[in-house]
Amino acid sequence: MNRLMATTGLLLGLGLSSLAQAREVTITTELNAYRGDGAYLAIYLTDASGKYARTLWMAGGKSKYYKHLLDWARGSGGKRSEYDGMTGASVTSGASLTITVDIDDTLIDAGYLVRVDSAVEDQRENRVDAEVPLTTQGAGTPVAGRGYVKALSYSL
Amino acid sequence: MLRRLHSLPGLLAALFLLILATSGAVLSLSPALERVAATVPARGDVSVADVAARVLQTYPGAEQIERLPSGAVLVYFSVDGNPGADLVDPLTGARLDAYEPPPFFTWMKDLHRAFLLDDPGRAAAGTGAVLMVLMCFSGAFLLASRAGGWRKLLAPIRGTGSQRLHTELARAAVVGLLISALSGAWMSAIRFEWLAEAEELEAEFPAEVAGTPPAPIGTLQALQAVDLRDLHQLIMPFPDDPLDVYSLRTHQGSGFVDQATGQWLSYSDYGSAATLQTFIMELHTGEAWWWLGLILGLAALTVPVLAVTGVMIWWQRRRSMPRLSGNAAASSADTLLLVGSETNATWGFAKTLHDGLTAAGCQVHVAPLNQWSGRYPKAQRLLVLTSTYGDGDAPASASQFQHRLASAPGSNPLPWAVLGFGDRQFDNFCAFADQVAAALEARQWPRILATDYVDRQSGQAFERWCSALGSAIAMPLDLHYTPMRHATRPLLLAEREDYGSAVKAPTSILRFKTAPPHRSLPSFVAGDLVRILPPGSDIPRFYSLASASKDGVLEICVKRQEHGVCSTFLCAMAIGDCADGFIQKNPRFQPARGKGPVILIGAGTGIGPLAGFIRANKSRRPMHLFWGGRLAQSDFLYEHPLQEWLADQRLSGLHTAFSRCPQPAYVQDKLREDSAQVLALLASHGQILVCGGRRMAGDVALALDEMLAPQNLSVAMLKKAGRYIEDTY
Repeated sequence: MNRLMATTGLLLGLGLSSLAQAREVTITTELNAYRGDGAYLAIYLTDASGKYARTLWMAGGKSKYYKHLLDWARGSGGKRSEYDGMTGASVTSGASLTITVDIDDTLIDAGYLVRVDSAVEDQRENRVDAEVPLTTQGAGTPVAGRGYVKALSYSL
Repeated sequence: MLRRLHSLPGLLAALFLLILATSGAVLSLSPALERVAATVPARGDVSVADVAARVLQTYPGAEQIERLPSGAVLVYFSVDGNPGADLVDPLTGARLDAYEPPPFFTWMKDLHRAFLLDDPGRAAAGTGAVLMVLMCFSGAFLLASRAGGWRKLLAPIRGTGSQRLHTELARAAVVGLLISALSGAWMSAIRFEWLAEAEELEAEFPAEVAGTPPAPIGTLQALQAVDLRDLHQLIMPFPDDPLDVYSLRTHQGSGFVDQATGQWLSYSDYGSAATLQTFIMELHTGEAWWWLGLILGLAALTVPVLAVTGVMIWWQRRRSMPRLSGNAAASSADTLLLVGSETNATWGFAKTLHDGLTAAGCQVHVAPLNQWSGRYPKAQRLLVLTSTYGDGDAPASASQFQHRLASAPGSNPLPWAVLGFGDRQFDNFCAFADQVAAALEARQWPRILATDYVDRQSGQAFERWCSALGSAIAMPLDLHYTPMRHATRPLLLAEREDYGSAVKAPTSILRFKTAPPHRSLPSFVAGDLVRILPPGSDIPRFYSLASASKDGVLEICVKRQEHGVCSTFLCAMAIGDCADGFIQKNPRFQPARGKGPVILIGAGTGIGPLAGFIRANKSRRPMHLFWGGRLAQSDFLYEHPLQEWLADQRLSGLHTAFSRCPQPAYVQDKLREDSAQVLALLASHGQILVCGGRRMAGDVALALDEMLAPQNLSVAMLKKAGRYIEDTY
């Protein structure tokens, strides 16, 4: 429910400004079953060289823990303005998170990647837990993660 | 008020606190267990660079190295895309064990901080912590006020079983409990954002890196400069990414280290606020100091016992005071009715008077004398009903009154009246009532009517005083007192031994069981009292108990008194007959705990509880009995058991005196004869318990005073130190 509302807010907030060239992308992050509390995730876009471009979603209620999503934090500078209005609850073991975001057409098939950093309390922090190139062709093909992420996929 | 502040949150939270504390105690083992398994080099022995270099040899693909607060070192790695985590030896880099937070502790932690219920549970746990803080403070104040000041906080505690256990445990654990509760409450307040959390100041992300080929990790200066003991977390750069950096977090701060130059690219201390915050958190979890964790855990373990005994005490107190409907609040009452009672008998009178005065239109506040606070803004008169304990001492519910009257804020002068309750057979009849009257007189408060006395709970005398009071305050008080019915239970005489008929002092040792036979006896120990209601009487007579309930019998020693209603009834009982009785705890008359020697002095039936103490002396502490009878052949009570107890060392010395033998002697003569031994026992922290008739007790005290005088000691001084206790009749 929360997620739905947040997503709606996101659509309103981001979508309206760039409605003309934007494309609706649904990203699904499925987690492994692991032992522990809910995982914090940063879902963001990088360019072909791995340089941070834009935050798509932050899963996890306490922003003070976002610094543990290290590559995202390094790229974004951890600034609140980067993720304002794009946050939701942490994702529990074995669950999956589906978000819908508007992404500029120009970023698709342009070498950009969707990347996920993850962290769980008292456990490992994963930089680049999962990463998938954002291409028309790659839509619908899940990519396995290295940490808590079991599979990352998107549909255009 | 203070007591309410203690008992209300206590009752509310007992179950919550039980869970919180027990799970906390279990969790406190975790840091110690982790520590046992870990190799912890001394400061200065191993740097972060050393550890990283060693770990990389065993784990070439190590991604992250962490030092847990317990000292264990942990490495995260991936093998063929599968993540793993191992505990490693920081001296060799060798694998110790796979790392997995133990599921049992993880579950326990969730139970401890959230009752397994997430946010609502966390709120409840936080509330529990706050209540615990409240309990600690109110309990400490309660103890201090009862002990008679903060400086006497460590004095020996007197009281019945559960009361004493509760107080002693709480006193030992309160500091630990406060640390846990305060830090827990604080953590909860931060979690729910009632307190602003101090954010750790973070280092800037480096804008530029050297980009030249990486140097071996063991050579990096920044990592060499950080001791392993200060390490929190080291995250390795991605292999083959020359633009990536080491990310290093220590206990003091965090920053980034260049993989080529080995220098800090940026660094920032967390700031003192965040460091303090971590300190408090580690104080709570005991993570950083495993031994402190264990101490806090041990303190937490007292909570289940405190919860149970606390509820028991509350229940006992609630039961012991008659339920008063319409008891006015202290702040709004015009009439204060304060009660001093040892056995609660006086409360029955207080209730009758309360109801009568209330019916006459007064706002009456009834309370124990010990609750005197001096703050009674609307009070117009003060009525005191009090009994006396022993030889003119204050009864239990009045022990603090004089101290409180002297130290509490001055109240307006209140017109007062005192009614004493007692038994004219005793020398210091109603002495404490006189003391209270004298204290009020000394303040020059106006007296409503002369202090009067009620002998042996006489309803008529009480009603007479009430009507005198009524006319003195111009209020018709025509009261009728109905004695409180005690919840007695039938006691069936199972055995009797008869002595003393040859010396015209018929005395019996009577052993009772419960009737019906298979019900358990009420709980009591030797030295407690049983109150027997003789047939056709409402006034119970009390007898000291010579056995404990765990002995399976209720044993008393009775001498038949001429014209004694109850003793005649008891001495005439046949096996299988029943008497009605109930137990009255008498915690004052007990040997102090410990191993110190005990001198028991008694005459005649006074041997009863003393024999009970010897029988219960399983720890074989030195016990010496001085006892006086009439004629060894006729009234040597407990002769055979005493010989057995001497043989098995429950009794160290038996000194008897008989008054009707060829060389007549009394027990005080025996004391004088063995004065060297008595003084030696006293010198090694011995204590004296005296039981028997008043005359004997007086003679004994006189003899002891003579013996003690050369040592600048006296019976009075021993009494004050709690080392001389009398139970006389």
